[in-house]
Amino acid sequence: MSRAAILERVRAALRPAPSDTSDEPPAVKLRVPDVSIDDRVANFMVALQALAGKVCLARDTTEARDYVTATIAGRDAIASNAQFLRDTGIVDLPGVARGLNDREQVRSACASAAVGITSADYALADTGSLVMFSSHGEARLISLLPPVHVAVIPRQRILSGLDELLTVVPKPADRSSSMVFITGPSRTADIEQILVRGVHGPGEIHVVII
Amino acid sequence: MSLALPRKIGETLADNRLQLALYTNTGRLVEKRRGTVTDQVLPEYQELRTHANHLKKHTIDNLDRYLEEFERNVTGRGGKVIWCSTATEVADFVLGLAKERAAHLIVKSKSMTTEELHLNERLEHHGLESVETDLGEYIIQLAHEKPYHIVAPAMHMTRYDVASVFTERLGIEKEIVPENQTMIARRVLREKFLKADIGISGANFLVADSGAVVLVENEGNIRLTTSAPRIHIAVAGIEKLIPRAQDLAVFLKLLGRSATGQPLTVYSSFLSGPRRDGEIDGPDEFYVVLLDNGRTKLLENPERRQSLYCIRCGACLNHCPVYRKIGGHSYPWVYSGPIGAIITPQFHGSDRDPWLPYASSLCGACAEVCPVKIDIPKLLLDLRADVAAGSKLGIAERLAFRMFAWIARRPRLWEFAGKMMAGLAPDTDSNGWIRKLPWFANIGPLKSWVRERDLPPPAQRSFRQQWRERGGA
Repeated sequence: MSRAAILERVRAALRPAPSDTSDEPPAVKLRVPDVSIDDRVANFMVALQALAGKVCLARDTTEARDYVTATIAGRDAIASNAQFLRDTGIVDLPGVARGLNDREQVRSACASAAVGITSADYALADTGSLVMFSSHGEARLISLLPPVHVAVIPRQRILSGLDELLTVVPKPADRSSSMVFITGPSRTADIEQILVRGVHGPGEIHVVII
Repeated sequence: MSLALPRKIGETLADNRLQLALYTNTGRLVEKRRGTVTDQVLPEYQELRTHANHLKKHTIDNLDRYLEEFERNVTGRGGKVIWCSTATEVADFVLGLAKERAAHLIVKSKSMTTEELHLNERLEHHGLESVETDLGEYIIQLAHEKPYHIVAPAMHMTRYDVASVFTERLGIEKEIVPENQTMIARRVLREKFLKADIGISGANFLVADSGAVVLVENEGNIRLTTSAPRIHIAVAGIEKLIPRAQDLAVFLKLLGRSATGQPLTVYSSFLSGPRRDGEIDGPDEFYVVLLDNGRTKLLENPERRQSLYCIRCGACLNHCPVYRKIGGHSYPWVYSGPIGAIITPQFHGSDRDPWLPYASSLCGACAEVCPVKIDIPKLLLDLRADVAAGSKLGIAERLAFRMFAWIARRPRLWEFAGKMMAGLAPDTDSNGWIRKLPWFANIGPLKSWVRERDLPPPAQRSFRQQWRERGGA
């Protein structure tokens, strides 16, 4: 059995100072700066736009719906089951497939849709990232397979950055099997370091902040 | 002792196109990194490096305990840990699982660890289709080459090289525009993702307190590999552990910046087990392969153990004046550059490629940019000592250095010797360099040393003379 063999080799190699359970890891260092909500929104916009992401500041749900409708532009779209999308009426927009719960259904809908619409659990202002936990409300593939990703979030969910997220959610694994940070559109520079967007994930990302 | 260099080095130096590609591509990565670690944008950068070093040191020094904690947490969330001592054990596990689940198609995301194992070849040998999905890796796989760089595997290829590979392997019309080439790969690979039975990824970090695998990328192929198929297997070296999820605040900030000059890569995935009740998608089965493959050998020496802190950002390659000339394929194993020069001899023994620890000017740039502060020059010297200790032809060399040391300890004799050497120095050529030495300095081991080098002329006045003239003691 390799398990016993590997652990034994590790212990033998670490002798004569075997693992000491009282040896605590260096203390966690998280800095959470005090940033007002207006500044967070502004920082998020600057960071995401620098990565060629698009940001819409919507005064109300009507403005948000208008922006999403214009982005869909008559193409096929699929929306996640996020409560916030239902509350804001985004899921009721024309051309939007909604309420899909079966994995295979979601998968084939995502494979053919032009636009994937989600919310996000949090956003990180300093890097322009969306933070998404996989759940009944958010399937993983909606933000991944369609070439355009639209995320609609209330502004209070914008945190200052990674340190604040890991303060608010110290154990992401307790919440979901998957936490993903999405920072701008999918990109590659593997051929001659020439930047190309949308290689595997969405090449276009829109964040609507209400 | 023979320090014969691989022929590949000469070929690389003679290839002007390749030299240009190496120079510009590594140079661009150097610039991108620099812009994200300045005092203005990240004042705590040096503090983060020190903290990362302490975290890695602590984890590696207590590795047994963290491996067990990690396993407990993976198992607790319905995943499974597979312990493998060798490459064969990993291949056997994947083959066994593929057979049980009647799986044929495997999608893979980039992983240096699986390169170590030649996993694709092993799987394909048994009739499975295993497709690399990172664009650079996909091109490399089609071209049957090994990665040129830890982070940018196809760095050495131009768009024209890619065009020929695509034409030959995919049977398509010649396409030389990188944007279009990328979209061709997207279409081919999208089909594979949707049909694949198993997704195999590497791991950037294993988080002990969460039983989680952390993966960073820009393309989205890792998210697809780990989310679309019903089975996800992560293959990771045992050194990838970090204690807590909260430590990612340190490591993620350093990794993206050091690798590609990004504060965060486009996607960072934190994956802890198969999909849970209520979650719509994600894999039904989740395995983490914990691989030794020689790593425990590197643990044995407390000084050299720090080689295992490496988070594979590739910054030491980009900043290395040697890597930037000889390129990734001159190195004997999958790991190239300064980090390759210190870990390869420890994996394979110092007698297999004795020249490797010498493939450095000891300028220290690698240590300066290493995000986890591995003292690479110190380890290179340490490994050179291994090579020297095992060498048989060292007697003349040892005698010469003993004589040098004897003279160097005697100031008057040293000064006299210096003057004598300056007096004997031949004339310089039209460019101001000494190209040829007199016969007595051009024999034995000196001959080959001199052949490769031009020397500057001796200074008009020696340092000691100048010192005296300025009123020094």
